[in-house]
Amino acid sequence: MSDVAILGAGMHPWGKWGRNFVEYGVHAAREALHDAGVHWNDVQFVAGGETVRNGYPGYVAGSTFAQAMGWNGARLASCYAACASGAAAIDAARARILAGLCDVALVVGADTTPKGFLAPSGGERQMDPDWLRFRLLGATNPTYFGLYARRRMALHGSTEADFAAVKVKNAKHGLNNPNARYRKEVSIEDVLKSPMVADPLRLLQICTTSDGGAALVLTSMEYARKNGAKDPVKVTAVSTVTPRFPKTVVDLPDFATDSAAAVAPPELGFRDSIATAAYEEAGIGPEDLDLAEVYDLSTAIELDWYENIGLCKEGEAEKLLHDGDTTIGGKIPVNPSGGLACFGEAVPAQAIAQVCELSWQLRGTATGRQVDGARVGLTINQGLFGHGSSVICVR
Amino acid sequence: MSATKIPAVEGWFTLDDEPRLIGSRCATCGTYFFPKELSFCRNPSCDGTELTETPLSRTGKVWSYTVNHYAPPPPYVAADPFVPFGVAAVELSEERMMILGQTTGHVAVGDDVELIVDTLYTDDKGEHVVWKWARA
Ligand SMILES: [Zn+2]
Repeated sequence: MSDVAILGAGMHPWGKWGRNFVEYGVHAAREALHDAGVHWNDVQFVAGGETVRNGYPGYVAGSTFAQAMGWNGARLASCYAACASGAAAIDAARARILAGLCDVALVVGADTTPKGFLAPSGGERQMDPDWLRFRLLGATNPTYFGLYARRRMALHGSTEADFAAVKVKNAKHGLNNPNARYRKEVSIEDVLKSPMVADPLRLLQICTTSDGGAALVLTSMEYARKNGAKDPVKVTAVSTVTPRFPKTVVDLPDFATDSAAAVAPPELGFRDSIATAAYEEAGIGPEDLDLAEVYDLSTAIELDWYENIGLCKEGEAEKLLHDGDTTIGGKIPVNPSGGLACFGEAVPAQAIAQVCELSWQLRGTATGRQVDGARVGLTINQGLFGHGSSVICVR
Repeated sequence: MSATKIPAVEGWFTLDDEPRLIGSRCATCGTYFFPKELSFCRNPSCDGTELTETPLSRTGKVWSYTVNHYAPPPPYVAADPFVPFGVAAVELSEERMMILGQTTGHVAVGDDVELIVDTLYTDDKGEHVVWKWARA
């Protein structure tokens, strides 16, 4: 048995609130505990997703949240894995529960973000590749998204309008999501008229950065049963795999790929391998999914994910999208929450928020965006510096 | 009048007429690295520790490209007023790897490009230069 129960999920709405990240985290944690019917004093382990933009309290996020909730003696972890930090925190909590070291764990991530592009740490940092890519290349995160999008256009004939249709779909999905930051319909024309950021991607095709907080109460299956949860949503796989050498696609913040001169590239690329590991652990395949929450850092990347998680063959994502298969009501709705398109990215909270959405969808309580009869869902995401992040939940 | 050319980073590229990126290669397994790796080989099946500097191919093929239309934040030193600039990922066939660089002029996927050294920014110390890709 490798399942743990999700007894509670909670969020602080995404936005640009400009307040202390701790406030969002505690708000989300209290919501999750309330949802679970678990008292804070019964939490034995707290896993925090770290934020690197809020000084020391952000680096020790697990402890920061525990102190703000009121010291209760719980043990701690603070996890940093860039965009995958939330999945790393879930992974730590799940492992501790499955090892029998605790029954009740709280996972929390929250962030307060500055305006504009995410920038590296300050100072002269000639040995830090993240600093150097800004200095030498002017390569922002959207620069990499632009490279992937252009590649997709060259390989599969995708158009700007194809990418824009992803935004239109996600904007519609998020309309009634109370935690989403942007709740407004967007047309293809709106997208194509928005300013160009990193060719071929325009402003409305790239996710913004947001403030927000998300939390989950994870427990052992036995604890869940004893506390009256007969049929809880279960986490059945957490894939946090790293790439295999040689990695032949250039990822943030790399200057170059690995060389494949001496060793042939692995059969599966990194993103494919993240999903494959999750499916193997859960003992299911893409055909079993009822929904997916994928990390749409850009509209074009959402299409890449369709293929990486096996919803369709390479080059067929546009067809899947235009056929309405990935819209709520279609065969396999993707990002019913509205995705990053409606949320913006609150880095350490985002992977946790994806799992919050799965748990509400699988319980049938995702009002205004419910995927009918959803029983199996997958989240996927990739953090800078080689962090895989995929969670499969079932009910 | 020619200003002093100052490499924006030390030891990553040469400054001659036919500039080259300076990578490294593992003597045990033959894997290339850029930026150069001189201590340990990163091939997980190789325990090589003898890595030597090696100039990389000057030419390659564009895997993909983009154009930045907004000024990146510091530490990038953006021109004022800002001028959009391209970035390309270029495949080197001999080294079987892809290397990013800014571009001069328009490039498209599949184009043959060559390495040049060009201005990154200029200040009172002189002209700070970096490698870029240009259509061959
Ligand atoms: Zn080697």
